[in-house]
Amino acid sequence: MILALIYMPLIAAAIVWFMKPGLHRARVLPVAGVLHLALVLVALTRSSHLQPDAWFRLDALGGWMLLVVSTIFTLCSLYAPAYLALRMERNFGVFGVAMLGFLGMASLVATSRHPGVLWVGMEATALSTTPLLYYNKNKRSLEATWKYLLICSVGMALALLGTFFVAYAAQQGGLGEPIYIDRLVANAGAMPTPWLKAGFVLLLVGYGTKMGLAPMHTWKPDAYGETPGIVGTILAGGVTTMAFLSLLRFFSIMAAAGLGLFCRELLVGMGLLSMAWAFVFMIRQGDLRRLLAYSSVEHMGILAFGVGIGGKATLFALFHVAANALVKSVLFLGSGNIVRSFSSKSLADVSGAMRRLPVSGWCFLLGFLAIVGSPPFAPFTSIFGIASTALGGGHLMAGSLFLALLAAIFTAMGSVILPVLQGNPNPASVRTHYEDTFGLTAPLVLALALALILGTWLPGPLQSLLARAALLVEGQP
Amino acid sequence: MTPNLLLAAIMLINFMLVASSRVSKCIQLAAIQGGLLALLLLVMHDHWPFHVLLMAFSTVAIKGVVIPAMLNRAQDRMKPQREPDPYVGYTLTLVMAAAGTGLAFILARRLPLQAGNLGTLFVPASIMALFTGFLLLTTRKRALLQVVGYLVLENGVYLFSLLLVKQMPLLVETGVLLDLVVGIFVMGIVINHIQTAFDSQDTHRLAHLKD
Repeated sequence: MILALIYMPLIAAAIVWFMKPGLHRARVLPVAGVLHLALVLVALTRSSHLQPDAWFRLDALGGWMLLVVSTIFTLCSLYAPAYLALRMERNFGVFGVAMLGFLGMASLVATSRHPGVLWVGMEATALSTTPLLYYNKNKRSLEATWKYLLICSVGMALALLGTFFVAYAAQQGGLGEPIYIDRLVANAGAMPTPWLKAGFVLLLVGYGTKMGLAPMHTWKPDAYGETPGIVGTILAGGVTTMAFLSLLRFFSIMAAAGLGLFCRELLVGMGLLSMAWAFVFMIRQGDLRRLLAYSSVEHMGILAFGVGIGGKATLFALFHVAANALVKSVLFLGSGNIVRSFSSKSLADVSGAMRRLPVSGWCFLLGFLAIVGSPPFAPFTSIFGIASTALGGGHLMAGSLFLALLAAIFTAMGSVILPVLQGNPNPASVRTHYEDTFGLTAPLVLALALALILGTWLPGPLQSLLARAALLVEGQP
Repeated sequence: MTPNLLLAAIMLINFMLVASSRVSKCIQLAAIQGGLLALLLLVMHDHWPFHVLLMAFSTVAIKGVVIPAMLNRAQDRMKPQREPDPYVGYTLTLVMAAAGTGLAFILARRLPLQAGNLGTLFVPASIMALFTGFLLLTTRKRALLQVVGYLVLENGVYLFSLLLVKQMPLLVETGVLLDLVVGIFVMGIVINHIQTAFDSQDTHRLAHLKD
């Protein structure tokens, strides 16, 4: 059952690979996406009876993250056929295989109980998304791909070393293979703390690179800037989510070893730094996609900050993973539609998008309002929750900084995005023949609706899932 | 022959790498380092079960032969050109590497070793290789030299993993994936148009994307 989550996308990828070239290849994606989502839901309802000594298992934390990634993937896969139909000159094989390969590897990361397997899965997600980055096949996307590979690979090497440090600490604590995460958590008290501390720092830098926390985020603006919106969604909602999950797995070991305070301080610092860095580069940013990339850096910072504050904020941070991923998919897919219509992502050329593309334009506006934390959308719930937990829990300084940065980012983003959407299109601007069609806008509306529903009502089963996931993060079995 | 002697040799090679400017020489040094890593693995064990021999063999094959050969072929296919000056001069990087080595020893002293490995230089050598690789990655302009830097960084990870090899061989094997990445880098440079698109593999020209 659990293994089906990993194999199903990979089998679908093989099917795409052996199909004859043509648009029908793209239609495998939605089928695989919906099927995977259904499998995740079934696995979550039946996760109570598990074999305790399996290498793969879907616990609450991995289950929640995989649910988010699977949803995002499904939204993208619904968008894919309409999008690829616009690019008939391309061979969709590589695109389909890379997308499905990513989904399989994300399942591997979410279900693996062994830190080594976890790392292998993360490395494989990095490699499977690389061809997607180079999709536009021009100089600039080559440069972005090179940067992504180089920076993320250094990050992954450091994460592996951090994993080895933790394993060495486990070895000194008298623990042998297989060093499952839950076994590490249970025996964390017996491990020498210097190794754990050093290991966590390396893991934070390593997996933080893949999340895109400042100052290791430098690949992000280029990668998001040069890829199609659909790939940006997969990166911003999928890859980063899995990197965050990997970091949380190790955080739970540290928390169980009594190093919670040490790690929390690091996470709060990293979180605020990422938000501040994002703010500085958002001011007068001239490129729509790069703006979204910095927004992604900011929200990764919010995640780190939330876990760093701890207590109820951890739960809100986990909720924010879903909120951010959903709204980001609206923004990335919407920006794709807008950029295609104006044939430029430079903000100097784009204005009056709401007039020209009513559906995409409106979705983008609402998505922007959602991402900066306006009620009643989902990000408001989590951002408000994290801020009030911080201020209520005696983190006055950090909490105030957090709020100040949010306000600053709101104005910086607004001053860039609103001129794009409002007013009349500049008569001198290019108008390509791309229009809003049902296939290109329905996924946006769906994602926005989900963000709205989650912001106003969280179903009971999801509430209990989140609560159990937060306990796991805190290092309690 | 103690492991420390080999570890010292590996550290020395790192210094030579930082100081040398010729790509072909750097590739050669990286290959020698790969061979030393395999030798180190053999020296650590009193008797050699099959999996240790296999691992030593694959280390020599991948790090000592295959990757250097790939790098050399890539180097031959590039148009001969002037070496671009590095971002930071050789003397300064050498000084930085020396400082990094000192730092590695200070850090390593704070990390307690297990009884079986007391008095060995594994941890400082590992951190130093990490630091050196990072230096090469950030201060060199040529794509191939950056790949050599990544290789050295990865050798640092490998050095540390030797401390786990007796009890967690499976976990250690995951490091092979890093070698795969190096392979992908080199292929990227060769197939790719880091050559054709830019007419030189000076990554400095990969600088269109700026804020």
